[in-house]
Parts: sequence; C-alpha cells; structure tokens
Amino acid sequence: MRVIKIDKKDWESGVGKLSGDYSLYGPVKQGAFHNFAPLEKGQMPDLDYVNTRMSPKSVVYPQCETMFEYTLDENQPDHHVNKEIPKDYSPRAILGIRPCDVKAIDLVNINFDNPEYQDPWWVQRRAALTTVALACNNPCSTCFCTSAGTGPFDDSSADVLLADMGDYYLAKVMTEKGEALVGKAGFDQDGSAEAGAIDDAAKAAEAKITSKIETDKLGDKVTTELYDADFWEDVAFACINCGTCTYLCPTCWCFDIQDEVQGTDGCRMRNWDTCMSALFTKHGTGHNPRPNKTARVRQRFMHKLKYYVDKYENGIACVGCGRCVQQCPVNIDIRRVCDLMNRFEPGKECA
Amino acid sequence: MSEYAEKIRGIAKKLLDDGTVDMVIGFRKGTMPLINEPCFVKDAAKVDALIWDSSCGVNLANYLPKRKEKIGVVAKGCDSRNIVTHIVENQITREQLYIIGVPCTGMVDRRKVRLAVGKEILSVSEADGKITVTGDGYEEVLDKQEMLQDNCAICVHRNPVISDEVIADPVEEQTDVDRYADVKAVEAMAPEARWNHFEQLLDGCIRCYACRNACPLCYCPTCFVDESQPQWVGKSVDKTDTRTFHFLRAYHCAGRCTDCGACERACPVGIPVRQFTKKLEKDCKELFDWEAGMSLDVRPPLDTYRPEDPDEFIK
Amino acid sequence: MQNPYLPIPVRIDKATIETEDRNLKTFKFVYVNPEDEAKFQYKAGQFGELSVTGKGEIPIGIASSPTEKGYVMFTVNKVGLVSTALHNMKEGDIMGIRGPLGNWYPWERMEGKNIVIIGGGFAFTTLRSSIVMLLDPENRKKFGDIHVVYGARSPGMLLYRDELAEWEARDDINMHITVDGTDDPDWKYNVGFVPSITEEKAPKGDDDTFAIVCGPPIMIKFTQPVLDKLGYKHDHIIMSLENRMKCGIGMCGRCNIGKEFVCKDGPVFTLEELNSIPKEY
Repeated sequence: MRVIKIDKKDWESGVGKLSGDYSLYGPVKQGAFHNFAPLEKGQMPDLDYVNTRMSPKSVVYPQCETMFEYTLDENQPDHHVNKEIPKDYSPRAILGIRPCDVKAIDLVNINFDNPEYQDPWWVQRRAALTTVALACNNPCSTCFCTSAGTGPFDDSSADVLLADMGDYYLAKVMTEKGEALVGKAGFDQDGSAEAGAIDDAAKAAEAKITSKIETDKLGDKVTTELYDADFWEDVAFACINCGTCTYLCPTCWCFDIQDEVQGTDGCRMRNWDTCMSALFTKHGTGHNPRPNKTARVRQRFMHKLKYYVDKYENGIACVGCGRCVQQCPVNIDIRRVCDLMNRFEPGKECA
Repeated sequence: MSEYAEKIRGIAKKLLDDGTVDMVIGFRKGTMPLINEPCFVKDAAKVDALIWDSSCGVNLANYLPKRKEKIGVVAKGCDSRNIVTHIVENQITREQLYIIGVPCTGMVDRRKVRLAVGKEILSVSEADGKITVTGDGYEEVLDKQEMLQDNCAICVHRNPVISDEVIADPVEEQTDVDRYADVKAVEAMAPEARWNHFEQLLDGCIRCYACRNACPLCYCPTCFVDESQPQWVGKSVDKTDTRTFHFLRAYHCAGRCTDCGACERACPVGIPVRQFTKKLEKDCKELFDWEAGMSLDVRPPLDTYRPEDPDEFIK
Repeated sequence: MQNPYLPIPVRIDKATIETEDRNLKTFKFVYVNPEDEAKFQYKAGQFGELSVTGKGEIPIGIASSPTEKGYVMFTVNKVGLVSTALHNMKEGDIMGIRGPLGNWYPWERMEGKNIVIIGGGFAFTTLRSSIVMLLDPENRKKFGDIHVVYGARSPGMLLYRDELAEWEARDDINMHITVDGTDDPDWKYNVGFVPSITEEKAPKGDDDTFAIVCGPPIMIKFTQPVLDKLGYKHDHIIMSLENRMKCGIGMCGRCNIGKEFVCKDGPVFTLEELNSIPKEY
C-alpha cells in the first residue's frame, strides 16, 4: 500500500485519461437519487452523494444476463444445443463506490467463486474490475457499517481508497490493479507524509456512526431454536413480500434462470431473484416449503444473519449500507431484527 | 395527532379486552422518520405501541384478505374504500371487522420532504398543518399541504366511508382540486409523445413488483406475471415485458382502484405508477359515474351487466 | 474456464411409459458427443439437471447405475412446464443434461454393512440406480445383506416392474414389494403401506445396518418412527431430499434448508443432520 495525493484540479484530467483503458462506471444523478451507471466519455462521476439508491452490484452482476443462446430450427446444425456467447470482459473501473459496497462484492464472491464451482461470468467480470472507493466523511443515520464488518474508510476490499480532504484527495493504493489505474491516470504525487490524516478522518467518520447492530451472539444460537423464535410473526407482519430489500441489497445474490424464445431463436438467461417471492421455492407439485410471508421474511434474515454466519464463519452477510432500511415501503428494519435475533433466548419473550 | 393515537389505543384496548376482536391492525412508530410500520396487537396490555400521525400512509386494507380472525382495523378514507372493495370481492367479511375510522388530512410523502430539505432528516414532528424537520444542525418548518403525497393532495374522500366507530369529527373534504390534471396532460399528448412519456416513465423499473404487492387490489393467488403455464410475460427487464406488466396491472385495477397511492409509495425507484391507474379511474368516473369502494351495496361496473348499457358489443 | 451451467447435448434414445397413469416416463439418453460420457461420471444418489431448450431445466435423480455404460437414464414425473415438455418429446430429439450434481448415498461409509432400501412411489429412481450398482458382481461382495421395501399405490404404479421381478427371483437381495391396495387376484407380493411392511420385514437396526429412505413426505413421516422402533440410529438413516432448484450448484440460493443447499450439500443427508436444520423441504 502507498498513499498518493490527487489535487482535485487534476482529478478530471486523470479520469479522462482512463477512458481509453477502462469502461468507467460511477455515481450519476438519476432524477431524485444517484445510481451507478456507465460514464460516457468526458462524463465525470458525481461524487457529491451519500449513497446510491441501487447498489453497484449490477456492474459485476447484471440484473438480467444472457447465459446461452440456441436455435430451435431443426434445419440448423446444433439445433437445441445451448451455446456460450462472447461477453465483454475488458477492464472496467468503478469510480466513487463506497467502501461498504466494495466489501459487498468480496462477500458475494464467496458464493460465486468457490473450490467446487466457479460462476464464469461473475469471476471474469470481477477479475476485470478495478474499484476506486470513496471513503465516507459523512455517513448517514442509517449506516451501520462499523458493526457489520466494514466501515466508512474500510480499505480491505478496494483497489484504491480515496479520502476527500477538501481541495485534494489522499488515495490509498491497495493493490496492483489500483497501481495500474493510478498509473494510467497519471496520479503520482507522493502523499505518504499525510497518511496520518486519513486515519484521523477515518476516526472522525467512524465516530459519526450512531447506528449499530449486535451480532456477537448470532453464531452461538441454535439454528432450529432461532428459526422457531416467537418474534417472526411480528417481524414479518408488515412485509408485503415485494423484494425491494433484496433488489437493492449489495449482498443479495440469488438468481432465477429462465428460457426465452422468439420465433426459433432462444436464449437461457438469468435474472436477479428474491426469496420474498412465493415462486422462489414452490415445487412443481405445488408444495411450497416456505408457504407464507413469515417463512420468507424469516429466510431472508436467517440467511444473512445466521445461515451465512455458520456456513462461512466470516461475519454476517450484510455490510450495513442501510438501503433496505431506507427503502422498505413498510419500515421493516434489519437492525431491529438483528438485535432481536442476537438477544434471543429460547423461552423468553422478546421485546 | 397525539389525541388520535390516544383514541385509537383506547378503542383497541376495549375491543381486545371485551373480546370483540382477536387482533387490532394499526401502526407502530417507525425506526425512521416519516414512515411508520403496520403492526398488529393481540394483547390489550400492548396497545400503547399504536400511534397515528401523517406517516401512516401504508394502506392497511392490504393486510386483510383471507384472514380468519376477528379484526379491528384502523382505516383512513382510502383504506376504508379498499376495505369495502375487499368485502364486495369476498376477501373478508364485514362481520369479521371492527373498523376504526380515522378522518385523514393527508399523508406526507417522505421522498418529497427529503427532496425539499435536501439534507438528512433525523426527526420530524407535526402540529397545526406544519411539519417540523430537524437534522444535524438545522431545523426547518414545512407546510404539510405542500408535502402531501400526490394522491392525498387531490383526495376527495378523506373521511372513512364505512366504520364502526370514528375517532374524531369528520374533516372537511377538498372540493377545489383538479383530480385528473396529470391524466389530462397525458391525454392531450400526440400518440408518439405519449408513447415516449410512458417509455420514460418506466425506465428504471426493476420488476420488483413492490407496486403490485403494496396494492390492496393485487391479491390474486397467482399473478399473471408469475404464471408459467402458459407464461404470459418474460421475466427480465425487457421493455416490452415491463410495459406489459404495468399496463395489465393497471387494467386489472380498473374500477377497483381508490387512488390510495400505495403503489407509488412503495416503488423503490420512484416511478409514478399512478399515472396508469389514474387514467382508468378517470374513465370509470366518466363512463359509469363510478368511484370504487363507496358502497357495500353496489357491484363494481366491470362485474355488472345492465340491459341499458350503451355499448353494442356487450348485448 | 469450465462453465458449470452449460448442458451436455444428449439424444433421447428411448422413452418408456412406466406407470398406468402415464405420468412417469423413463428417458434413456445417449451422448451426442461420445467424449462427454467421461464428464458425466456419477455415483448412485446423484442427480442431473435436464435441460429443454425454450423451457428450462429440472433437477432429476439419475436412475441408471454407474455400472451401466454408454447411456444415462432418468425417470420423470409430469408435473410442471419442463417435465411436460419433456414428456412430449420423441425419440431422437436433442436436449441437454448437466451434472452429475449433488452428493450421493454414502457408499464409502456403508461398505461391509447391511443396507435396507425403503422407497415409495416415483421416488424410486436413485434407488434403482443404487440396487443395480449394488448387484453388480464387483460391488455385491463389498456389502452385507440387502433388503428393499418398495411400495406404490397400485401394481400399475410401480416403476421398473420387469426389473423388480428379476430382483425378486434372486437370492442375493431380499425384495419386499408392496402396494397400498389391489383388486388383482394374481398379485403375489405384499399389500400394505410402506411403513408397516418395513416394520414387518426390515431387519433390526444396529451399527452394521443402514437404512436409505426415499419417498413422499407422508411415507417418510410414518417410516421414521418405525425405524426408531427397530433401533436405527439417526446417523444410520440416510435420506434424499427434493427442493425447487435452478442452478444445481449452490449458487442461485433457492434450495437451502438452513445453511445447507439441497443441490450441493445434499440431496443426501442423514436424519441426524436433518434434525438440526429447519424442515423447509
């Protein structure tokens, strides 16, 4: 790791130099909120934002993606055979992604890249990705990253971490990918003398985070007891099973596979899916192991806060970005549920 | 507003104490400003959790279909009209319900407030038609009327149309509102412009179906978009499929929609979904002089046959 | 990079209606590219994703045995979109399979032991695979006594009837075929539900005896107390689960029960393992 200094007046020209080597993505204002989107040549990421409405996961994991193509025309050779299609794995960089969202990409990687199977699209797209994270000087009231295994200045997943110091950025260049990017941008002013300022800013930002969750006892709970806890009906009552939480979540990775045909041209595609939908688990026979919304809401929280914890022993499957808290149309709050789960004692009523 | 909450709690306690109902469905204080959480109370000792203010926008009628219990339900004007629709459509029986009517002065649009303030909101209070918003180092007072949800701003049925008990005197209904200004603007567009308008409107839809799920009318056991045999609509964010979903859903709500705003309130990407349903609401008003959910005794126009129907095709 | 989602093309070599209600059909597939056979090396108890272009994929237990070379066989119940499309396909048609997927019955742990196979209805497919594998002379000597309790609603609903008759005639396997009821005067096997036949015919449980149970939930529910009564320890009761699946490789997230994915960590679990996870199957 090394620290460099980037004067803000040099930022735009540096970013401009990257566009030949990378497809760039960054936060852009879309109506009333920000989202990550491809940056046109000359377009700058709008770094004056707190958090985007949608998470940036679509940059590595699009909501809809064609897996294979095939023809149903029996006059064609190889009819009815699924075929791989060329995909763009040229270098891409996300500028201004938040540390929690970069952390989320690492977290999801555990699902898509494991010793037994590698999801080729995820793995190759992630390999092509360089992340330039923007540390949060002013986290918002729904950010609980510091108790979700990351933080406003977390540099553990990003290739480069930018700290906004007013007139300039201090950048921690964390990886070789990060070195390559700052090299291409021409950012090379040594900032090591000011490295301490980043730590100070980090401490100040962390101190601003008032929202915390308790997770220390989740691993010790007996799964079946937590599953049968009396609070689930109350937790799930307001839920309308819309799946907003899952679509916005940077760590929700579940997907559906669908075949679509037009004429004799067909494709197999995958789309983000949601455990909030009854169809998610409904058997062909009509039997549904998660037949009601309480079961589905419980699944979402149990997955993030218990099953994942037990399976990977790597913390919780949540980075505390607060999107689900902000956008849930009925105010179901993962922070409250997490605390309920962490405090759960069999036989004792939970408040 | 706190006297409303007191009144609701008192009624809830009485209903649970004397066994009139098994549960009361209302709101409890949200964990965030400007949004409260629908909840149920089954224990009379816990009625203090129930609250009421201008952040109780979620339509509680959505929580009634197929329930078996006897239920006390808190209902503002639009909720009560959706309850009527549920009863008429056999989703719940009148006998199961004790309707606690709440005269409503409109619900605040949390996104409008956030946009108006432009800063993070940490707490909100309201009194005398004003909303006081406070955050890190600031306090701002807003006019509630200007912060209302779009549907509330043009609502002409703020008082419950059906109830067993009303918690306050009726509020004055709005009379000087143009309920269909936005629809008329779209109607006035040339076809191509209108098409583009709808295209733009739906741009960004993530097919989460929050609008559908928040809607009290969308209680079909299997929605047409979820049906696989046959599959009517593709499941990706393809434009045609997305449009098909929104248009068909709107048509399915024709003559049933009360313009409660649940769909728009739920949409995580801010699509003004009401533009579709509103047009059909207007058509029903003009063609049948019909407004949904006003009476238990009249069938909705689209499930009624009248010999004097002016259209030839139906005869 | 190996793409785990890409099906291997196969040709339907033979399709046989198995049951009198015509809802179960056995498909024998041959590899379009013969070299693909080497990629599809499986063990009894594993499953594959059957892929029908334009429709989708369904996870189905492999009914052929690893000892049967040159083809792979699946018996498919007609219930949904893909299985219905598959039933309508004809011999010679091209489709795809993906796999083998999931774990298998713990043959390594069961070596030298007695095995009781308990199956009901159309969940007999991977059990057929197991029996054929066990009866292969090379394998048969590695295991102790073999009992099979297999039941269906009626004689016409039993799968693999010719093979059942062959096994019935052998002396190295104890077959206990049963039906819920029949008006066939020539029916020469048992009448009664699987749990009660199990209670009558299955050997007592001990350290050297394993039970493999595969069948509809109702059968499993009533067989379990019988096995308890017979003294089977829960880590000696082996079960195979079904859940809705898409990817089959533990990535799409829908088939989990607790922290386990039925597709990747299962579908085979011991009852002891299942006791500690939610019953979401």
